[in-house]
Amino acid sequence: MVNLLDVQNVKRTFPRGGGEELLVLDDVTLSLKDGEIVGLLGRSGSGKSTLLRLIAGLSRPQGGALSYMGAPIEGPVQGVAMVFQGFALFPWLTVLENVQLGLEALNLPAREMRERALAAIDLIGLDGYESAYPRELSGGMRQRVGFARAVVVHPNILLMDEPFSALDVLTAENLRTDLVELWGNRKLPIKGIILVTHNIEEAVLMCDRVLLFSSNPGRVASEIKIDLPQPRDRTSPQFEDYVDKIYVEMTARRVERMRQQVGVAAIEMPLSHVSPNQISGLIEALSAAPYNGKADLPDIAYEQELEVDELFPVAEAMQLLRLAEVEGGDIKLTHMGKRFADGELNERKEIFSRALQNHVPLAAHIRKVLDERVSHSAPKTRFLDELEDHMPEDAAEETLKTVVSWARFGELFSYDDDAAAFSLENPT
Amino acid sequence: MKILPPVSIEARRLLPNRWDLLAAILVLAFIIAFADVSRFLVHPLSSITGHDLQLHLGDLPGYALRTALRMLIAMAVSLAFTFTYATWAAKNARAGILLVPLLDILQSVPILSFLSVTIVWFLSLSPGLVFGAELACVFTIFTGQAWNMAFSFYQSLRAVPEELIEAGRMFGLSSWARFWRIEAPFATPPLIWNMMMSMSGGWFFVTISEAISVGKTNIALPGIGSWIAIAIAQKNLPAIFEAIGAMLVVIMVYDQLMFRPLVAWAERFRIGNEQSEEQPQSWALNVYRRSRLLDVLTAPFEQMMRWSYYWHPPSFGIRAATRDVDSRVANVLWYAILGLLSLYATWRIYDFAHGNLTWGDLATAVGLGFITLLRVLVLIALASLIWTPIGIYVGLRPRLTAIVQPVAQFLASFPANILFPLAVSVIVIWDLNPDVWLSPLMVLGTQWYILFNVIAGASSIPQELRDAADNFSVKGWLWWRRVALPAVFPYYVTGAITASGGSWNASIVAEVASWGTRTLHAHGLGAYIADAVASGDFRHVVLGTAVMSCFVVVVNRILWRPLYWYAERKFRLT
Repeated sequence: MVNLLDVQNVKRTFPRGGGEELLVLDDVTLSLKDGEIVGLLGRSGSGKSTLLRLIAGLSRPQGGALSYMGAPIEGPVQGVAMVFQGFALFPWLTVLENVQLGLEALNLPAREMRERALAAIDLIGLDGYESAYPRELSGGMRQRVGFARAVVVHPNILLMDEPFSALDVLTAENLRTDLVELWGNRKLPIKGIILVTHNIEEAVLMCDRVLLFSSNPGRVASEIKIDLPQPRDRTSPQFEDYVDKIYVEMTARRVERMRQQVGVAAIEMPLSHVSPNQISGLIEALSAAPYNGKADLPDIAYEQELEVDELFPVAEAMQLLRLAEVEGGDIKLTHMGKRFADGELNERKEIFSRALQNHVPLAAHIRKVLDERVSHSAPKTRFLDELEDHMPEDAAEETLKTVVSWARFGELFSYDDDAAAFSLENPT
Repeated sequence: MKILPPVSIEARRLLPNRWDLLAAILVLAFIIAFADVSRFLVHPLSSITGHDLQLHLGDLPGYALRTALRMLIAMAVSLAFTFTYATWAAKNARAGILLVPLLDILQSVPILSFLSVTIVWFLSLSPGLVFGAELACVFTIFTGQAWNMAFSFYQSLRAVPEELIEAGRMFGLSSWARFWRIEAPFATPPLIWNMMMSMSGGWFFVTISEAISVGKTNIALPGIGSWIAIAIAQKNLPAIFEAIGAMLVVIMVYDQLMFRPLVAWAERFRIGNEQSEEQPQSWALNVYRRSRLLDVLTAPFEQMMRWSYYWHPPSFGIRAATRDVDSRVANVLWYAILGLLSLYATWRIYDFAHGNLTWGDLATAVGLGFITLLRVLVLIALASLIWTPIGIYVGLRPRLTAIVQPVAQFLASFPANILFPLAVSVIVIWDLNPDVWLSPLMVLGTQWYILFNVIAGASSIPQELRDAADNFSVKGWLWWRRVALPAVFPYYVTGAITASGGSWNASIVAEVASWGTRTLHAHGLGAYIADAVASGDFRHVVLGTAVMSCFVVVVNRILWRPLYWYAERKFRLT
């Protein structure tokens, strides 16, 4: 039997300033079979959404091939419908008109359009809202319209791009269970679903298979089959095992990558933006009961209401500054980390400053340049150019921005945004 | 940044209230008063004519500099007006209720009318003619600049977040200090945007304000405007191009040395955490910031401002609505004064109309008004048909937008009437019908507002919405109908309102245009006013002006206002 979808060695790049190309997806292969829900899990920047747009035929790959039911994908595909993260409803169309939009494009007779649209609205639980405008609806109801609009065209494949991440926790859970239930009862006129998410529990809750994506460039790093009957129970030990397994899988890879990077220990190491406040916050949480210095990553993420996306960069920064160590699925405070947790503000600043000097080559480098110059100041471009030799422009900006916020906290040097210059003097 | 529509469109009510009426009466009476004064003042015997002005290319930079200076002085006066008038209107509810409708009426009065009724009075102010003429010129540019700036400032002052005001109160700032440290900074970014709009408005009328020709008064002040007027009279096409070149240079210098630094500097006053996509940059601002000299020069003023914050003026900044003790007495007094004033103004108007005008005159002017209205509407419709699809096409392509958008904005600020002579010469050569072919000149300069607003609208359609349309195979006419046109509609309406307002004003210079000795006339209210001004016939100037203001305000209220609010309510992407 032909797969619903086949993606073979797909590659996608985006042009950068200065003729450079940014590789977003590299050598991605996956397939979707009849009756499956496949989850794409990874951090933002791992190219998951880009992949989804390729599958929908909204953009073209630079290499590899995609096929839908055996036919190559060369543009928007009739049997593939998408549900968007930001709902993508047209504010000037009513709920009914929004749902009908896809049918209008099919040139169906007016009566059939209406009947199908009303049926979809009924199925998704939007009865009574037909004549409302999207702005009159809550987020959850809006996303229901998004689902109805996708379902009404009877697609074979439903693509979902983080459909719940713009909703509050309760609404999202409510919508997830409704969807799983409809899917389980075979009420949806859909053969397969691809779900993009960065929420591990969501992936384990809904998917038959989960593909873990690594970032920069996006690749399928591993595949995990979720062998649990639906409906799934979040509190069951098997469920938690799957969540843990995915956490360990994801952190192990990241830690490995960071080891390599730290090994390089050069000024051109890209830093993702994490504020000193986030670092202090996580350190305090870690040092307090019940963790007392050591925690399971999924646990503390849940406790702190952080998503993988938000937790990893902070953990990574702490590892870089040697304030904590990440091993397996655990995070542990180092000696310095504990002193930081116990210290007063001034002591914290001092620890932070020393960590910057010793473990963040870029910070040490900037400080050294400022020390050596007679004016004790240097323009931003001096360092930006240096970084841009090794990384794309926006990564360089972000790296510099991160260093500035860390250095400000550690009072290692100061930065004047108006003049776009670093200096040693404190503002008067 | 959003362009602000005129007052009558922002207003929530459809029907004008008595304050609007009072404002109209006062402005009309004011114009009549000036017109009357002009008639009794002795006309100057000699005029500064164009004789001593020659089209030597070497003089052009000097002329350009004088024109640029006049614009700068007018801008300074406009700013002073903005800070007093708008602040008064915003702070004092009793005053605001009249001052805001006044702005609306003033905005609708054609600029040439201001010039024509005040010129003689200005000339009589000074013993030497030149100084009075300079004053009149600056005043004319001022009338083209001030109103929208004041309205923008007023709107901002009313919209200062309550939190900021309360924070100011808690820190014990006096109302004076609060104004300078909270309210004025908050209102600065939109004000600067409106200053840029105003500047292009000023450019548009630089010809008529420098080469003044009202009745027997003929004055040509040295400047680019007069240069153009002489070039037209001499049919000197190369000189026109030289003037365009000089104008381009001045506009660019203003842009680089004044507006770009201002925009970049005002970025800090933006409220809200979201940073704008593109941080505005200005090399000139960097130079100013690093300059020690500037620091030294501005330091005393800064110190003075700081001292002034200790000043606690008794009433500054207290809104009248919150005052209660003396309000009854004050109210009675205030309304009594206004009542008397309106009675007097009405009497003035009646007296003026009674002796000078007949119902037939009014019918003629209104009839011509409808012709001009037809022109404006047809041309705006045509411009919309052309530029909306093009704007959408461009706006959806970021690379093309990056090229076209600045050009469109520049064209909107470029005084299109410089190009009129070229068009007129073509009409003369091919012997075309002026009633038809002079009309496009009215939108020559204003159509760009439609283009660049539509581009802005199309480029702000979120990627997800475009993806959704593609994903569901929404194509062809269905795509235009369901996706593109609704998405740009609010932007389009704002652009069309600006274009329409500008076109009314432009009709005065577009419906009568000359090339050498040939003068082309189209039928319309603009030509009616222009002719009345040229022959010094104040009765018809006043009548034409009143009718045109009336048309502008009524069209704003019954056509644009409902469209604007409909678009804002239904189509605005948030």
